[in-house]
Amino acid sequence: MQYFVQQLINGLTLGSIYGLIAIGYTMVYGIIGMINFAHGDIFMVGAFAALIVFLILGALFYSVPVVIALLVMMIVAMLLTSLYNWTIEKVAYRPLRGSFRLAPLITAIGMSIALSNFVQVTQGPRNKPIPPMVSTVYSIDGVSVSLKQIIIVIVTALLLAVFWYLVNKTSLGRAQRACEQDRKMAALLGIDVDRTISITFIMGAALAAVAGTLFLMYYGVVAFSDGFTPGVKAFTAAVLGGIGSLPGAVLGGLLIGFIESMWSAYFSIDYKDVAAFSILAIVLIFLPSGILGRPEVEKV
Amino acid sequence: MAVTVSPERDTVATPTQRALKEAFYAGAISLGLFVLFIGLKTGQNMRNELVVTTRWGLLAAVVIATAVGRFLYIAYGQPFMANQKITNVATGLLPASVASRFFQLPWFIAAVVAMVLLFALNNSLAGWVGAEPAGYLQFLRALAVIYVLACVIYYFRAFIHANFTKLGITALVLYPILVVAVLSLNAWSIAGGLQGSLKWVDNFGIQILIYVMLAWGLNIVVGLAGLLDLGYVAFYALGAYAYALLATHFGLSFWILLPAAGAMAALWGVLLGFPVLRLRGDYLAIVTLAFGEIIRLVLINWRDVTNGSAGISGIPKVSFFGLMSFNVSDPNYIAKVLGIAQSGAYYKIFLYYLILALCLLTAFVTIRLRRLPVGRAWEALREDEIACRSLGINTTTTKLTAFATGAMFGGFAGSFFAARQGFVSPESFVFLESAIILAIVVLGGMGSLVGIAVAAMVMIGGTEALRELDFLKQIFGPDFTPELYRMLLFGMAMVIVMLWKPRGFVGSREPTAFLKERRAVSGSFTKEGHG
Repeated sequence: MQYFVQQLINGLTLGSIYGLIAIGYTMVYGIIGMINFAHGDIFMVGAFAALIVFLILGALFYSVPVVIALLVMMIVAMLLTSLYNWTIEKVAYRPLRGSFRLAPLITAIGMSIALSNFVQVTQGPRNKPIPPMVSTVYSIDGVSVSLKQIIIVIVTALLLAVFWYLVNKTSLGRAQRACEQDRKMAALLGIDVDRTISITFIMGAALAAVAGTLFLMYYGVVAFSDGFTPGVKAFTAAVLGGIGSLPGAVLGGLLIGFIESMWSAYFSIDYKDVAAFSILAIVLIFLPSGILGRPEVEKV
Repeated sequence: MAVTVSPERDTVATPTQRALKEAFYAGAISLGLFVLFIGLKTGQNMRNELVVTTRWGLLAAVVIATAVGRFLYIAYGQPFMANQKITNVATGLLPASVASRFFQLPWFIAAVVAMVLLFALNNSLAGWVGAEPAGYLQFLRALAVIYVLACVIYYFRAFIHANFTKLGITALVLYPILVVAVLSLNAWSIAGGLQGSLKWVDNFGIQILIYVMLAWGLNIVVGLAGLLDLGYVAFYALGAYAYALLATHFGLSFWILLPAAGAMAALWGVLLGFPVLRLRGDYLAIVTLAFGEIIRLVLINWRDVTNGSAGISGIPKVSFFGLMSFNVSDPNYIAKVLGIAQSGAYYKIFLYYLILALCLLTAFVTIRLRRLPVGRAWEALREDEIACRSLGINTTTTKLTAFATGAMFGGFAGSFFAARQGFVSPESFVFLESAIILAIVVLGGMGSLVGIAVAAMVMIGGTEALRELDFLKQIFGPDFTPELYRMLLFGMAMVIVMLWKPRGFVGSREPTAFLKERRAVSGSFTKEGHG
């Protein structure tokens, strides 16, 4: 039982990170109907930005309180990563809007390759380890919960609350939802569609940057190739929850996190990625609209 | 109602002002993008801790280059391109095209003279001017060769366009012979020529042709049937491992295993295709991606059979149809049988012709299948699945045959790859490979065999050519390695080509069925991949 609860906690931590990345996929898919393949690499750029800020802080000050360090890392990573995603959307996706369907997918794959190799060329191909930032571990009834895990879950919950407010209660969120339902009609009603799409990319990137910072803090290491696997898993999460649905993305992320940690705990750690990918295939085959998604109506 | 116009609207910014503004924005954005990633570098210090070092000079150079580039584009590039489309008022003619101004006869003659001179003096140049300028002169020579070739192609463009297929196949067949001949002349010996040709035949010829074959195989699935497959590399891996395992364990010949590997890949194509029949578009893409990754992960983790990440080595070579062998130690080694000098080049040249034959087979089968009912069903499926079904086409078999045929060619290419490398490991079958193959198909213009071949040549040949740019070391310092930038440039090239030609290099389609005359259909009239 203790072992199970332990795995549940590990899964929750992992799932929070996947959920944060998955929101970026699901929002972009909902609004312009494309798989933003570069999103996983945007997450990696966020983690790298956090790493560099961490090193700068370490070089400039003798000691920085962990909370402030994390906050600064997060904010800089969010700003920088948003700038990246905004630029990518403007350069690589916007000119192809309304072009044939495969074109933005190909530029997204191209951007993904370019981003990860850009980081490899400028920062070197090695793994980048940092000293542990937070090492407190609490033990409750035989189940160990580290402070890192608590931070991850709290930050995720706070961000999701802010995000929920933005999407559901502000005029910006209303514009986004309108664009998602019918872009042409939204434009006719005076919504600046281009701007709304840009903001969607910025929001997705900001959440991915937070996920990147948390990933760096949790594992203490990042490499240029770290974008692909979490990216695909987060996409799996988005699909599992029902692509286009925001609560679905979080739910899917948590589910993927649980499945992965349970699988590695009870079956084999080697095949944990196989499990995630098999679930993706099975869900899409038997439940194409996901858990919370709307079934797609085919218009002839 | 009075119309009010804000005063700013009346003053239209001159192009230069606008360009300056745009350049400023571009510079600011690139400063933001690159300040952490180019301005700072993380590296290990003596105690193995991460430290940051600054590279402000490089950052400034990149930012200034971006701003200047943007300025030049807005101030001169855009007006120039707009002018190209405006006819002259007096003559009613469009201005001379950029190409005709670029390829002029005097320049052509000058380039030929420079090329011949530099080739003739090649060996004594280093002695006269020193090693470093000689490197630049070699670069100049390469530029002259490219310019001369481009001129020749430009002058004969009508002829080339009319006979593209025949010319292309002739050039491909003659390629190794030409390379060996030129290099033999250059080195004054046939053995030297054979030795030097290894790189050209192997890195450029075979490498590009493997991708051409893979892309043509994927073209059947994506270009003809419109099924977006992001896991094509799985079939390539299956073919490679099928050959590697069966050849090392049972000692079977390549000529038996080639069809076997193809058949096995086709079977897997059906097996993996069956569950995804209901899926369309992006979902199909993601599930095929997942299948591709699952197969790679199984190859890594099923260590008893596949030897895990370490891979399988010592895979036997292809024999000359069982008659002669390419192993020096064998009694029927080709050089002993034919009584010629030993060289590793024979094997590479043989492999070149083998992959060329496999490529031509793929093209031949594709062209023939397009005229058969099944090929027409594929294209109908691509255009509209619902209409296709209501006309009585069995979409299940149509999709499965497309998957199986595409997978079969992937399997052929895989077993060829294993035989050529002599070593396979899961490293060679990552998602990136699938992405590269798909990119070649889309960049070439889906469904067009010629376009795909051109795209493979440009993208793979271009990245391979980066390995040859040693003179750049003299400009950027000795630790500058152009190979590192290969995939970065590849990714950027994917984006740029797509923005420039969203329909690929060959955007038009030749219909297979027509009423009176064959007319090319512009790519914008055809739909893609909703099925």
